[in-house]
Amino acid sequence: MAEKLTPRQRLAIPPVPMREQDPLERRRNIREVPFGYSPEEAMLEASRCLLCRNKPCIEGCPVAVDIPGFIDLVSQGLFNQAAELIRKTNCLPAVCGRVCPQEEQCQAVCTVAKSHKDQAMSVQIGKLERFVADWDREHPVDGDGDRAVKPTGRKVAIIGSGPGGLTAAGDLADAGHEVTIFEALHRTGGVLVYGIPEFRLPKDIVEFEVEGLVRRGVNIVTNVAIGKSKSVDDLFAEGFDAIFIATGAGLPWFKNIPGEDSLGVYSANEYLTRANLMDAYRFGDGSDTPIMRGKTVVTFGGGNVAMDAARTALRLGADESIIVYRRSLAEMPARIEEIHHAQEEGVRFELLQDAVEIVADEAGWVTGVTCQKMALGEPDRSGRPRPVPIPGSEFVMPCSVVICAIGNGANPILTEATPAIETGKWGNIVADPVTGRTSMKGVWAGGDIVRGGATVILAMGDGRRAAESINEYLRTGVW
Amino acid sequence: MSSFRIRSNDPIAPSVFRMEVEAPDIAKYRRAGQFVIVHPSGGRERIPLTIADADPVAGTITLVYQVVGRTTAEMALLPAGGDLGDVAGPLGKPTHVENFGTVVCVGGGIGVAPSHPIAQAMKSAGNRVISILGARTADLIIMEREMRLASDDVICVTDDGSYGRKGLVTDALKDLLDDPSAPVNLVVAIGPPVMMKAVSELTRPYGVKTFVSLNTVMIDGTGMCGGCRVTVGGKTKFVCVDGPEFDGHGVDFDGMMRRQRMYSADEKVSYQAFLKEHGCRLEERIRELKRG
Repeated sequence: MAEKLTPRQRLAIPPVPMREQDPLERRRNIREVPFGYSPEEAMLEASRCLLCRNKPCIEGCPVAVDIPGFIDLVSQGLFNQAAELIRKTNCLPAVCGRVCPQEEQCQAVCTVAKSHKDQAMSVQIGKLERFVADWDREHPVDGDGDRAVKPTGRKVAIIGSGPGGLTAAGDLADAGHEVTIFEALHRTGGVLVYGIPEFRLPKDIVEFEVEGLVRRGVNIVTNVAIGKSKSVDDLFAEGFDAIFIATGAGLPWFKNIPGEDSLGVYSANEYLTRANLMDAYRFGDGSDTPIMRGKTVVTFGGGNVAMDAARTALRLGADESIIVYRRSLAEMPARIEEIHHAQEEGVRFELLQDAVEIVADEAGWVTGVTCQKMALGEPDRSGRPRPVPIPGSEFVMPCSVVICAIGNGANPILTEATPAIETGKWGNIVADPVTGRTSMKGVWAGGDIVRGGATVILAMGDGRRAAESINEYLRTGVW
Repeated sequence: MSSFRIRSNDPIAPSVFRMEVEAPDIAKYRRAGQFVIVHPSGGRERIPLTIADADPVAGTITLVYQVVGRTTAEMALLPAGGDLGDVAGPLGKPTHVENFGTVVCVGGGIGVAPSHPIAQAMKSAGNRVISILGARTADLIIMEREMRLASDDVICVTDDGSYGRKGLVTDALKDLLDDPSAPVNLVVAIGPPVMMKAVSELTRPYGVKTFVSLNTVMIDGTGMCGGCRVTVGGKTKFVCVDGPEFDGHGVDFDGMMRRQRMYSADEKVSYQAFLKEHGCRLEERIRELKRG
């Protein structure tokens, strides 16, 4: 931008939409939905930022990215510098730009949105972050990332290679510690590779970020489940000075309704893992992983995972993909963007209904779901109106595949083997909300193993704060 | 990145192979009843295989597997000195071992392999161990020598009577249960689901505690996907983290067997495609048994 715009001129620019694959086309392929901004589009969008003095967006970001700072650089066309600035506090910008719930965080408090009294008018921070990260990946600058770090001689173990673990690993490696990540699966990335589908987060982007960590000296050991393959005590005995636990989501919940062990009933974890990690999209073409490709697929739940499952079903060839949710659209926990994308692609939303039974034929294959209509009652403990069944309203919704996307419990493997780590009522690890310290000396925890089902960015925030606390501990020796 | 080098990989019965793999950590930490997840290469399935033996000094584990589909067929073609790909473990809860008194280990088919470390552990805990090895026919009886070393007594049973006693493992077990002079305190049954179900039904009226080791479809094997779920005592349990061993009297075997069939058709497609390309080499490998 050559000439400086006035705030009034900035406010007059409408948000720049990101071009996307046509819904009817993309519902049958696994390629990413949005195409990304062009440099011109990104600069135009960046010029909408008022560079206001109080910068509420930074506070709205769990990892406190210098948002106005990087947006200012984008508006000047300094994309690599913008990327460098983001990376100071966020080691996975290409991931966050795609999967963060910006509308509840940085964009929720944006001054531009407030001026328009319309949340949708906020600066498109997520889209800009994504553009910057993609630009930097595709146009690397020589010497980028060559930060000379003095080794501290201290060793840190990270358990789990999802967003929390990767973030902590990056921060700790930058502080000069020798970092080793232990991953139970054969591939690195945790939920970023087994859970979030390709069309929302391409796997080569995750791979690129992981390779970046390896270049910065992080060791990655796959196929090791700490608590089984070896214990937390073994890690201390091997010379690790601190341990960060970020093992992620655990056992999927089912609804405990009759028929749930019928053939064709999946947890969302299994369905998405088959499709993503194990490439069931390509069954018979380089992949041996089967997945049931029903004509009609019903998904229970209203979160992002339910949207991912329902949209994946379309890409696996379902004629009809139906979300069954017990409350109304207003209470749905999924991001608006995900709901919107699912609707555009033709996912049918059956709201104010709850499944009470899964119906199967004699051989055990699913033939339908018995649903019951619900009404909204008084708010429950979560503050949302409680769904109340309407007696006599049952009906059968025919389908051949059912996906249960109603959340996860805690993974018991590590905690059962490590009684010194205190757990809560649901088996989640109890950790200090600020530092991530657990009840066991030298052990931190964060992400879903502490929070239950949360988000990628919250796990990253936990990883970042745990890394800070680990640095302090390794410097001072004070627990 | 750790590498899982194959020390040996040889047929021990028709379509049954024994593989010795370098896996020092697993060899050191594994206990009776635990399993590993094997993922021979990208694009293949992740399959659970129970650890048949381990040598912590040599740093090796022994896997015994039957060629039933593409992944196991591909394993059969891997040469000694090659790499097994990904091996994660040991996983699952170890067998509950204590001095029960008399323990009968019933192994059907390749179920004998996972019975082996359990027989060993039960024996070292001071139990009198009687092992019943069952198979359809003589040359499908595996690991008899190893089982004799780990047991006080071994009874072999074949459906066709070509080796040992003619009949089913339940016939031999019933005789033991009916012998008033030598009470049986625990039965551990591992083999095809129908066999485990029959054994559990047999022991139920005798009130003899019966453990079974389940081998359901798994992906991660670490308590994430929920694909391995099975109903035990009316509750949903996950074989990978709650098992693989369960009280046989509580297991819904019919439900489990039904779920095991979920991918039969797809598995056949994968296997046929493999055989079309590598069928001759696989037959050659299986024939090595006779020559060896």
